[in-house]
Amino acid sequence: MTDLANPALSAVPVPLTTRKDWSSDQEVRWCPGCGDYSILAAVQSLMPDLGVPRERTVFLSGIGCAARFPYYMNTYGMHSIHGRAPAIATGLAATRPDLDVWVVTGDGDALSIGGNHLIHALRRNVNITILLFNNQIYGLTKGQYSPTSEVAKVTKSTPFGSLEQPFNPLSLALGAEARFVARTHDMDRKHMMETFRRAHDHKGASFVEIYQNCNVFNDGAFEDITGKEHRADMLIPLVHGEPIRFGSEGQHGVVQRPDGSVEVVEVDDVGEDAILVHDAHRESPGLAFQLSRLARGPHEPTPIGVFRDIDRPEYGEEMTRQIEQATARRGPGDLDALLRSGSSWTVE
Amino acid sequence: MPDTTTEPKSHHLLDRVVIRFAGDSGDGMQLAGDRFTTSSALLGNDLATFPDFPAEIRAPAGTLAGVSAFQVHISDHTISTPGDSPNVLVAMNPAALKANVATLPKGATIIANVDAFDERSLAKAGYEADPLADGSLAAYTVYEVPMTSITTEVSKEAGVKPRDAERSKNFFALGLISWLYTRPIEGTLAWIEEKYAGKTLVLEANQRAFKAGYHFGETAELFESSYEVKPAVLAPGEYVNITGNTATAWGLIAAATCSGLPLFLGTYPITPASDILHELSKHKQFGVRTFQAEDEISGIGAALGAAFGGALGVTTTSGPGVDLKSEMMGLAISLELPLLIIDVQRGGPSTGLPTKTEQADLLHAMYGRHGESPLPIVAAKTPSHCFEATVEAVRLAVKYRTPVILLSDGYLANGTEPWRLPDMADLPEIDPGFATEANHTEADGTEVFWPYARDEETLARPWAPPGLAGLEHRIGGLEKADGSGNVSYDGANHEQMTRLRAAKIAGIAADIPPTDVDDEDGAEVVVVGWGSTYGAIAAGVQRVRARGHKVAQAHLVHLNPFPADLGDVLRRYPKVLVPEVNLGQLSRLLRAEYLVDAVSFTQVAGIPFQAAAMEAAILQQIEGAAAPDGDTNGNGKVSD
Repeated sequence: MTDLANPALSAVPVPLTTRKDWSSDQEVRWCPGCGDYSILAAVQSLMPDLGVPRERTVFLSGIGCAARFPYYMNTYGMHSIHGRAPAIATGLAATRPDLDVWVVTGDGDALSIGGNHLIHALRRNVNITILLFNNQIYGLTKGQYSPTSEVAKVTKSTPFGSLEQPFNPLSLALGAEARFVARTHDMDRKHMMETFRRAHDHKGASFVEIYQNCNVFNDGAFEDITGKEHRADMLIPLVHGEPIRFGSEGQHGVVQRPDGSVEVVEVDDVGEDAILVHDAHRESPGLAFQLSRLARGPHEPTPIGVFRDIDRPEYGEEMTRQIEQATARRGPGDLDALLRSGSSWTVE
Repeated sequence: MPDTTTEPKSHHLLDRVVIRFAGDSGDGMQLAGDRFTTSSALLGNDLATFPDFPAEIRAPAGTLAGVSAFQVHISDHTISTPGDSPNVLVAMNPAALKANVATLPKGATIIANVDAFDERSLAKAGYEADPLADGSLAAYTVYEVPMTSITTEVSKEAGVKPRDAERSKNFFALGLISWLYTRPIEGTLAWIEEKYAGKTLVLEANQRAFKAGYHFGETAELFESSYEVKPAVLAPGEYVNITGNTATAWGLIAAATCSGLPLFLGTYPITPASDILHELSKHKQFGVRTFQAEDEISGIGAALGAAFGGALGVTTTSGPGVDLKSEMMGLAISLELPLLIIDVQRGGPSTGLPTKTEQADLLHAMYGRHGESPLPIVAAKTPSHCFEATVEAVRLAVKYRTPVILLSDGYLANGTEPWRLPDMADLPEIDPGFATEANHTEADGTEVFWPYARDEETLARPWAPPGLAGLEHRIGGLEKADGSGNVSYDGANHEQMTRLRAAKIAGIAADIPPTDVDDEDGAEVVVVGWGSTYGAIAAGVQRVRARGHKVAQAHLVHLNPFPADLGDVLRRYPKVLVPEVNLGQLSRLLRAEYLVDAVSFTQVAGIPFQAAAMEAAILQQIEGAAAPDGDTNGNGKVSD
């Protein structure tokens, strides 16, 4: 049997492209003012810099507003069914290691109906980049609470307030053994592009939560932290190897308490040396987990950037290795020999 | 069984015999039966087997619920079923006797492990008195053999701890039956050597127990005769004894080889389909990728993702797993990508009877998706036919860019028969025919790629896995515009696409063989079947013909679409009888499609039809005799 991944392809120089080359001819149909537009722009702007040709790039999605994303990318793509994109991506990435596979999903798609596929794709470390557009609401079905909506959320399906504790997507991903976990938001194209680039460059499953505003059904959900006038004091940029500080003068910082939990402090109160230095490459996910829970919701100072980034063999590569080992040991598959591998007898 | 009063240790020739090994789930009956089968196959007998075991891995020992049995039918002529009822029952304990004695014809032989017939075991099996002593088995020839105590003795000599010493008793039984039916012992001793290599004590104990059983038959003054079943006259060629699941797995590898497509199996373990995963996962040197998914949905989802990438995507399942995969099948129909769904049917609904056979998923395969969502259905008819049926299902999937459901069942999956190895040159050519270039010219003269431009003959769309510049395209579950494949909510376009998808599947009728009819001029009835009923129907038809009647048999491998001539075939006969292990699913389709008065003959007892029941049902159609009553012994029920 032949493998479709053609090593000769990697020798072909990638043609120079612009953002326009990555835009399909389909009219974008999100609501005017939707945060999805800026995410699409960030992805399309980033693509020419990644060094991967369009024909080896695939965008997969499930169902939801975000799931229309593949139609707008001039690459290969599939708009599949609700919650199942990580499963479909697993089969694609495992058989086609030569491809760059992206999964675009939303809070309902990834964390509700598709929760099982998400955690297992992360655990297996399938070579895919997952972009989760988190707007804390169901948009396509017109405004029901989602698994990331805050408690007591009043929506069409919860007129007396929702009763459910929301998921913290980053904590969930870390609990599912994700090796690359990051957060960004739709108001900062540069930060999005940088985060997506790092997620792309990471081998194995990468998980990026994007705070995305749904201006129709949940407008302003992240305004407290992503609004231009709030950002300096409410967003905590995580940079590997750097002390975790924020504020217009870097006056705020994060320290780790003796019990391992983290808290926001004034640098002047504790001294610069007490400020926690971010370590995204730490083997244990403990620190990343604590940071993922620093803010109880997007109304308190919230870390953004790469929380965790460690190397592990990716799933498809390991699958290929087993095939290569079996072939080296037994020689390439021989159908005639297979059929005669049990006890056979001959009738004259 | 022949007369047993002849002089000691005489030797008789038999044309066929049905042996049933029965014991506790942990007694190793499947292993003993399987090995006996292999040595019979190597001797050249024709054979058919029927493993019959409970869903519990270890039901309470000694109870009826825990009885596991393996039935093998060996013959010096061609046979098609594992036999209606055993000539010989090996009963390792009272429960095994009680669970099976009703299926024995009068005069059958019972070989009972007398050591296990103590008060406690009798009570567990629900016997108030010892059946070996109370005369209730007077109609049978009963041999009481102290299997446990002899096995314990020889195992202890081998150094096995007393606690484990009785565990080799299945090998004692195997040895005894091997003597009784004149099977050579060398092959089995060598097989034990290989199977238990590195486990010296177990190996030694099993070999000793096996030999003890063999010698017991020879020397104990109990058995008057031994028997022999000569080789059957089979077509020349090389044979293996094969289960349906193994044949399916090999069929997948063969189809991948002749299509040049890398094989990807996405699946979730489920009885009785798991052995296909087990078998495929052993053969990575063929480039086979097996993916044990987190659930049934992911299994088929990953297979579809692999198909999108240009691989041969396959998923295997059974029972509730088929339900869970329905949504993804709908997507595959909309995407028009090749995908193979193998449904090894079991008793339903819900968890149903996981280890028992049934063929009640036909209508689910036909209609079990929302919207107008047709797909081809292929059904295997015997264990070895699973190979050919698998290759055919792949051929259709690839050629027509469609998901295909292959129906197997629990009986085919675990049953075995000798299979004459095919010549690989006879396998069909399967050409993936990947798209390589633009296929549409826009009004302005631009050459573009249209993912839903169709082949005029097959109506199949191009398959364009990622990797080629200029062919980038997006597909999805939303309705697509005919040709361009762009999202379209237009009503007229939806009507057009719905009819195109239906026409593509219906058109396959021109690409499959005509109905396979075993005909007789002037036949009064045609018996129409599908799937694993093939053997039982063939046996029933043979019996009816032996009585001087004319009867035809038509067995369907393609269930959607049907062969183009099926309507004409059915109308040729005054009567149409449709036996099925369900409540009448094919019969409903035939009535709807061809307006013929198909009479349904059904049973759902978790076991295959018996040849005698089939014979009675056919005779009833011919002679208008009284309908046989349905019962739990595979005798079926006629309804019309």
